[in-house]
Amino acid sequence: MRGIAFVWQFGEVILAIALAPLFSGWIAQCRAWMQNRTAPPLTQPYRMLRKLFNKDAALAENASRLFRTAPYVLFGTMVLAAAIIPSVVTDLPFARAADSIALIGLFATARVFQALAAMDIGTAFGTLGARREMMIGFLAEPAMLMVFFNAFLLFGSTALTSVVDNYATHPSVIDPSVMFAAIAFVMVLLAENARIPIDNPATHLELTMIHEAMVLEYSARHLALIEWASSLKIFNYACIGLALFLPWGIAIHGAHVGSVLFALSALLVKLAACGAALALIESVSAKLRIFRAPEFMAMAFLIAVLGLLVHLLLGANTGA
Amino acid sequence: MNAHLWANSLNSVLNHPLGSTLVITVSWPVLALACLFRPHSVRYVARFLFPLGALLCVMMFLLAGAFLISGHSPESMTLPLGLPDLPFHVRLDALSAFFLLILGFAGAGISTFAAGYFRSGEGTAPGLLGLHYHVFLASMAVVMLADDAYLFMVAWETMALSSYFLVTSQHRIPEIRRAGFLYLLMAHIGAVCILLSFGVMQGGSWQFTFDAMRSASLTPFWATVAFTLALLGFGAKAGLVPMHVWLPEAHPAAPSPVSAMMSGIMLKTAIYGLLRVTFDLLHVQFWQWGVAVLALGLFSALFGVIFAGVQTDMKRLLAYSSIENVGLIFTGIGLSILFAASNLRLFAALALAAALIHALNHSLFKSMLFLATGSVLHATRQRSLGKLGGLIRSMPWVAALALVGTLAIAGLPPLNGFVSEWLLLQSFLYTPQLPHAFINMLIPLGAAALALTVALAAYVMVKFYGVIFLGQPREASLAHAHDANWLERIGLAWLAAGCIAIGVQPQLALHAVGKSTGMLVGQTIAPDPSVWRIAPIAPEQASYSGWIFLAVILCTVAITFLAVRLLAHGRIRKTVPWDCGYPWQTSRMQDTAEGFGQPIRHMFGAFFRMERELPAPTDLTPRYRVHVEDRFWRALYQPIATAVQRLADAISFLQGGRLAFYLLFSFLTLLGLLVFVL
Repeated sequence: MRGIAFVWQFGEVILAIALAPLFSGWIAQCRAWMQNRTAPPLTQPYRMLRKLFNKDAALAENASRLFRTAPYVLFGTMVLAAAIIPSVVTDLPFARAADSIALIGLFATARVFQALAAMDIGTAFGTLGARREMMIGFLAEPAMLMVFFNAFLLFGSTALTSVVDNYATHPSVIDPSVMFAAIAFVMVLLAENARIPIDNPATHLELTMIHEAMVLEYSARHLALIEWASSLKIFNYACIGLALFLPWGIAIHGAHVGSVLFALSALLVKLAACGAALALIESVSAKLRIFRAPEFMAMAFLIAVLGLLVHLLLGANTGA
Repeated sequence: MNAHLWANSLNSVLNHPLGSTLVITVSWPVLALACLFRPHSVRYVARFLFPLGALLCVMMFLLAGAFLISGHSPESMTLPLGLPDLPFHVRLDALSAFFLLILGFAGAGISTFAAGYFRSGEGTAPGLLGLHYHVFLASMAVVMLADDAYLFMVAWETMALSSYFLVTSQHRIPEIRRAGFLYLLMAHIGAVCILLSFGVMQGGSWQFTFDAMRSASLTPFWATVAFTLALLGFGAKAGLVPMHVWLPEAHPAAPSPVSAMMSGIMLKTAIYGLLRVTFDLLHVQFWQWGVAVLALGLFSALFGVIFAGVQTDMKRLLAYSSIENVGLIFTGIGLSILFAASNLRLFAALALAAALIHALNHSLFKSMLFLATGSVLHATRQRSLGKLGGLIRSMPWVAALALVGTLAIAGLPPLNGFVSEWLLLQSFLYTPQLPHAFINMLIPLGAAALALTVALAAYVMVKFYGVIFLGQPREASLAHAHDANWLERIGLAWLAAGCIAIGVQPQLALHAVGKSTGMLVGQTIAPDPSVWRIAPIAPEQASYSGWIFLAVILCTVAITFLAVRLLAHGRIRKTVPWDCGYPWQTSRMQDTAEGFGQPIRHMFGAFFRMERELPAPTDLTPRYRVHVEDRFWRALYQPIATAVQRLADAISFLQGGRLAFYLLFSFLTLLGLLVFVL
């Protein structure tokens, strides 16, 4: 029993690592279609990674060891996150290592390492990007926490696997607060993954960059790892969202091969829909000026709080 | 035979924990006096006596730890010292032992560092510093052991005075004298409040032992008065807003090991005092107390971190960060009072455990960062963040160890700061269960304020570490900065090891606080039965495992590294930084500390009083200046200072300068007292 759990655990991590670039490629493809451009092939991110891994790394003379270690740490944190989030099965031995609040901490670790690495060379754009990334981070975290708080009130747990399990056993729990939490979560997802309206992943204008400004000094294998970690990050966020708001299909305890295969196909369908929806949001919205970002994040926070209050008020009514 | 003797003596030490702690506590003043023997010899005082003091700290840590593990019952003793009819009482229980553990562990690191840090020609002679330093240590230990108000106040005042002398060790600099005066003033205002609080708590019995206070029955009104006075008094010592003004002045003024000691350990004595009074002596009576502590704590935390974000002096930045961390500890205490007064004992234990573990954590990482700034200060003679940078290349040891402290204080897993913040957030999750309408809806929002504080702390610490250690050196002289010496490195590494140990194996910390929470709120948080994780309430609800964090990340890093090397290659070409192809770059193009503070000034402008001078486009020598001030100075302290000055002027006619008048005043006072007493 435990042995098979470790097999699922390992398989899920490998799946996430393998699928993440595909997910990013899919979003880029959808975006291109919606914007009437010729779409790059779905395998474009993989080709890019291969190209980068084969290049010689051009490293600034004054780069310290921190600069060279950070990409590996970044990749490691994202792999750990993938091990914790129940995307296919909930019977994950490593999932008990962290509940969703610890998951926020894990993403914060990745962010801090990336920001520190960006400051290491001491270029104008690197420090600018680091400062902005940390700013978006401290704006996003309270909103994210309120989303998980909401989930805790509904399902009595902050562990994502328990949330999914509880959802499967009590599917009738439909609460208006879920809608608010979902909207807030999508806003946080956009901000944390360097997406329009906070950041533009395809920008070429340095002064508007956040994420790209931080990785300007990286090249070759280091850049490849960072890109891979970024696509893992958005994949992880999508899986968190699916686990919280659309958990149907995920194989719960006592999973066998059939249910896991079903869960896998359900995941692919859900991710495809998610990617298309993300591309749609990005295509119809404009990038905000950096000092409008606090307003955007404050809105996400307030929506999440509204959800919380709705739940508490309704709960108080039904209780009385 | 010899081994038998050793085992026997070890046994007797462990069987008499109170006696042994007292022996250690008395040994510090002996060391202090020994410092006077050759006060100007750095080799004798710093390299010989300070390591001995560190050894005593280690012993204190081991003894307190053994007491907490062994399940010894509280032990008390009446000393043949003190005034007639008013002897000193001491007592060692779980709460004292936990804070002695903090004192011992952090003190060992700081003393070891100090052994390498002090050099001649810096302010006061090393012998005098050593004297005050060890008296300071001993007085803090006595504060934690005292079992009557009299001994407590004596130790408390000794602590304030000895630290005052340490703060003003470079008394030739006017700002330092000013900071020292402010510190002494606030310390005494706080002490007066505490004294009055004890006076209320004895409840007319005129017995000043804590035992008498425990059994005294106070009316709700007087209990609340005692609590309020204690909150003010201990809050002033801990740096709770609005009594925080001394902290950002005094901490930077002191030599770095002393800053570390004050921030890492002395602030904890205030936490200890508040816990002792609220939970042990007053038995937590009203949930409204909890709301007050919670509100003050959250506000202090947010206030501290926002001000830390705009500082340009590295030690002031850390001082404001101390206000933030004290705020977090008070938040946990407030929650615990709320839960305990509503009879939700398990959750009260959870919140209290979070607060206590955060106190322990803060003593580790904050001491360590203050010590690291000491090394930077010695190597560069610069305290201003605008003149540092790139030190990771010339000071690799300090940079690597400070990185651990930075990540820990930023609340990142798998280090210790995360553990306590996680526990605190967990206890916030249960606030909707409080049986008070509206409160149970408002307090969950406190969790958001907490999350904002923690995330801002990460921002501030990226600024701190990035501006000091990363990037290009902002001054040419920084290239010759030297790394810390071996004693300093050992001190830093000891504290870093503590940060890692608690982060990876948080059960250690939970075990250490278990008896204290059992004593104060009657419940303990059971660590999860499986050794590799903690699950405070139930594993299905929330669990955290530092081991898995560390192991998975390290394994992935190793596997990825090997895979990249095997499948691709490891070729590297060294070039100049690219920076999008801009042809020339200087170190002045990096973000400054002011630049890093800009988003915070922009978003939280309401907190500051800001003066800014912007250069005109035509200026030949453009100058940018921004000065950020605390609103509390003008709004609260200056009116009080003016009022005191006026009052003093009004009654200054009494000071006529004639001896006869003074004698007359004394006579009249005596007469008045006699009438009052008879």
